Amino acid sequence: MKSELLAAAFLGLAVRSIISLYSYSGFNTPPMYGDYEAQRHWQEVTVNLDTGEWYTNSSNNDLMYWGLDYPPLTAYHSYIVGKLGKAINPRFVELHKSRGYQSPEHKRFMRSTVVAADILVYLPALLAVCLCLDKSFQGDDKLFLFMLTVVYPGQILIDNGHFQYNNISLGLAAAAVAAILRGRLYIASFFFTLALNYKQMELYHSLPFFAFLLGECVNQERFGAFVARLSRIGAIVLATFAILWSPWLGSLPRALGVLQRLFPVARGVFEDKVANVWCAINVVWKLKKHLLNDQMALVCIGCTLIAALPTNIALFRRRTQLGFLLALFNTSLAFFLFSFQVHEKTILLAALPALFLLKWWPNEMLLFLEVSVFSMLPLLARDKLLLPALVSTVTFHLLFKCLRPEHSHMRNISNIVMIIIVAASLLIPAPARFPDLWPLIISVISCGHFVLFFVWGNCQHFVFKS
Amino acid sequence: MKDLFWHLVGISTGLKILLIPAYHSTDFEVHRNWLAITHSLPLNRWYVEATSEWTLDYPPLFAYFEWLLSQVARYVDPRMLEVSNLGYESKATVYFQRLSVIVTDLVYVLGVRSCLGALGLARDSQQHFAGAMLLLLNVGLIFVDHIHFQYNGFLFGILLLSIGYLIRQRFLWSAFAFAVLLNFKHIFLYMAPAFGVYLLRFYCLEQASVAGMASAMIKLLAVGLSPFAVAFGPFVKQLPEVLARLFPFKRGLTHAYWAPNFWALYNAADKVAASLMRVPGGATSSGLVQEVKHSVLPTITPPMTFILTLVFMLPILVKLFRSSKKQSPLVFLRSVILCSCSSFVFGWHVHEKAILLVLIPLCLLTLVNREDARYSYILAIAGYFSLFPLLFDPDLFIPRYSLYMSYVAMLYGQLYRIFPGFRGFHVWEWLYMLGFLVIPLYEHLLSFVLGLDKRLPFLPLLLTSVYAGLGVLYFFGGYYLYALGLNGGNKAAGGTASVKRKRKTK
Repeated sequence: MKSELLAAAFLGLAVRSIISLYSYSGFNTPPMYGDYEAQRHWQEVTVNLDTGEWYTNSSNNDLMYWGLDYPPLTAYHSYIVGKLGKAINPRFVELHKSRGYQSPEHKRFMRSTVVAADILVYLPALLAVCLCLDKSFQGDDKLFLFMLTVVYPGQILIDNGHFQYNNISLGLAAAAVAAILRGRLYIASFFFTLALNYKQMELYHSLPFFAFLLGECVNQERFGAFVARLSRIGAIVLATFAILWSPWLGSLPRALGVLQRLFPVARGVFEDKVANVWCAINVVWKLKKHLLNDQMALVCIGCTLIAALPTNIALFRRRTQLGFLLALFNTSLAFFLFSFQVHEKTILLAALPALFLLKWWPNEMLLFLEVSVFSMLPLLARDKLLLPALVSTVTFHLLFKCLRPEHSHMRNISNIVMIIIVAASLLIPAPARFPDLWPLIISVISCGHFVLFFVWGNCQHFVFKS
Repeated sequence: MKDLFWHLVGISTGLKILLIPAYHSTDFEVHRNWLAITHSLPLNRWYVEATSEWTLDYPPLFAYFEWLLSQVARYVDPRMLEVSNLGYESKATVYFQRLSVIVTDLVYVLGVRSCLGALGLARDSQQHFAGAMLLLLNVGLIFVDHIHFQYNGFLFGILLLSIGYLIRQRFLWSAFAFAVLLNFKHIFLYMAPAFGVYLLRFYCLEQASVAGMASAMIKLLAVGLSPFAVAFGPFVKQLPEVLARLFPFKRGLTHAYWAPNFWALYNAADKVAASLMRVPGGATSSGLVQEVKHSVLPTITPPMTFILTLVFMLPILVKLFRSSKKQSPLVFLRSVILCSCSSFVFGWHVHEKAILLVLIPLCLLTLVNREDARYSYILAIAGYFSLFPLLFDPDLFIPRYSLYMSYVAMLYGQLYRIFPGFRGFHVWEWLYMLGFLVIPLYEHLLSFVLGLDKRLPFLPLLLTSVYAGLGVLYFFGGYYLYALGLNGGNKAAGGTASVKRKRKTK
């Protein structure tokens, strides 16, 4: 049993390192390149400039060129990785001169930093969750869950292919989930604060954590215990924030400047085609013509909160393992569907709880995970990762079938639709008038699925509650 | 448990496709060159053409196979078919050649299916699943075929088909398949004695009358020789040239990277002795294919290796000849393994890849017998590890270790699933297996810390082959005694350990 868990972990590592052999975002595409260059550039900035200057526009830090727009923990991580890179080859991170630097040696270095994050953060955190979900040492449930979570192709294709470090923020969030499942509230709040400070997108997960922790506090019988617990959690969160933000807390404008970098309202409601409600509405009713950017942002916040509220209230009132994971799933889907400035990649935040929910609804969640990869196909195709994306998803499906050989018809229809769309998009070029035809179709179909899953998830939460 | 065979086929195919952009060795160019030669030149030039240094040195059926591939390659990228276009590797060429390996692996899939059926494993059993996993996702084949680049998959497919026929007692089919296999790649001669003895004993001599024996013999010879006639017929006037290509004894005792066999230890011992006695020179490990002169120990010649190999094959062949009909399939499989292993351990200019000839048939025995499984696990640890030097590209370091670890860990899990209450290993066997962790640690970390990476660049290779060689010899000795029934299969440790010592001091 243990050896098979080990085998699964190494299989995950093998797939990651094999996907690493492929191309990455922005390879050979000056002047802006892609996320790979963004990460390298952050290393350049953090290694060469003082902490206070990291988020500030200056002659040494052109924020228009991949300016740092993730929270401080990402910056510190870039700093450490940048230092390492500098030790290997100073040209990796030379100020100004290293822009667009790429070489096989550098690729190897960058790829191995992602794999290192997988080994150190993501995979152990997944293992922790799987162990917490299934404490028995018998039975294949744990193996099934762990095997599928480690080889889920969506996260691998984005992190080890496209190039990002979602594994760190997702891993920290998963560690927090594991802590919640074991009832370790303080550890959970610490890890979740770290996750939030690595990527602000972790806000997608924040409401269920908040509801759960608050519920656990209110649940205390004595008022004193309530206050003690609440203040301890508050202290942990605030202290962690304070330590991480200390270089910018000296002056208010500076701190606000960082915040502005993290929440760039000016960038519009969405950039590329993304499988959420606004992009789908935009097909028939052009949002940008009718609404100002600020108005749009308010509409988004309102809709997101309304959509996320029911599941979190249910969680607040009745806190169970399954309820918590369902709330995470529903809330992150609500954020994905309705919030402002959504990226295709952020579906990974909903995929994380979906992976753990495989234990309860294997067939449904498999479909969700496959749709999540499907929704990212246009992005992956741009990075020349279409082949590994398709192959790894099919392989993932087969692996699932190996571990859970059952049958379900509901899924087949969706799978067939997705296969037809993929085949058609490869065979039939989009007409010149609508160059984005296929990405649009893919995002609308994915959006339909996500909406259905959102409704389904909420229903499950309330059915399960009663 | 459902029949998950085809699921596993899909998973392994997926993994192979993902590996397409991985580093490939010069064997890729070797096979491209053969495509070009067979496509562009008349038959009588195939075995004399020498524009590229990678001349055609496989038997004719393989050349025909390359010709067949080239008929498709024409439509993919005709430039890969020019003999003078050395080192050509356009994207289309890479995808074509890689996919050709993946597609021809279908023969391997059929071979696996046939063999597992012949062993009498129910399709929904744990053994069938484990066997399919061990063979279809075999990490050695993935390393050698799908990263390094060769066409072993379909050849092993033919081998497994032949073994399957033999176990099902369809002897002529078995002989035919094996003869075809020899005409694809003559390295399978390693295990030919086992096939020969088995067919002679249980097909020819099993007949009731002398006339029956004679007719069986004639049938067997006719079936067995016809592939040779078809393959070599067109080259009958050039036989010396062809044979010179097939058996290049000008190469040295050991390959550039020492295969983990007896001669690796012999060379190492020579080196140590030379440095102790301050004799200049010592056996080379400099990475060149050349003849080696030993400085202290006697220099080895091809006939000596040949005789040693045959001598070590004899006991198990005798055992096979004298075994009962009921026992014979099991003994046959063990003789195949031990014949291959003898050739691997004592052969002339053995490649590290040849360990697959032992490891793949061993997968079959892993499924049916607890003690065989125990030995096979030790060899798997050493044997698959010894393939690492083939994958020396730094981009492949993490893939190679993680694929290996995943495979051996999964194998370990399967042993406990197949054999409830599996006995496990002795302390020193564990220590030996865990010792393999030290080699990567040295190669990637300690050598740099100690500053030895520049001074002794070949030390990791040497460590790998000598340390894995110890395991191979331990397996060879222990498993041989076990297969002969000399240590009864229980408390194997004492006997095998002494065998190991005996071999080392030889």
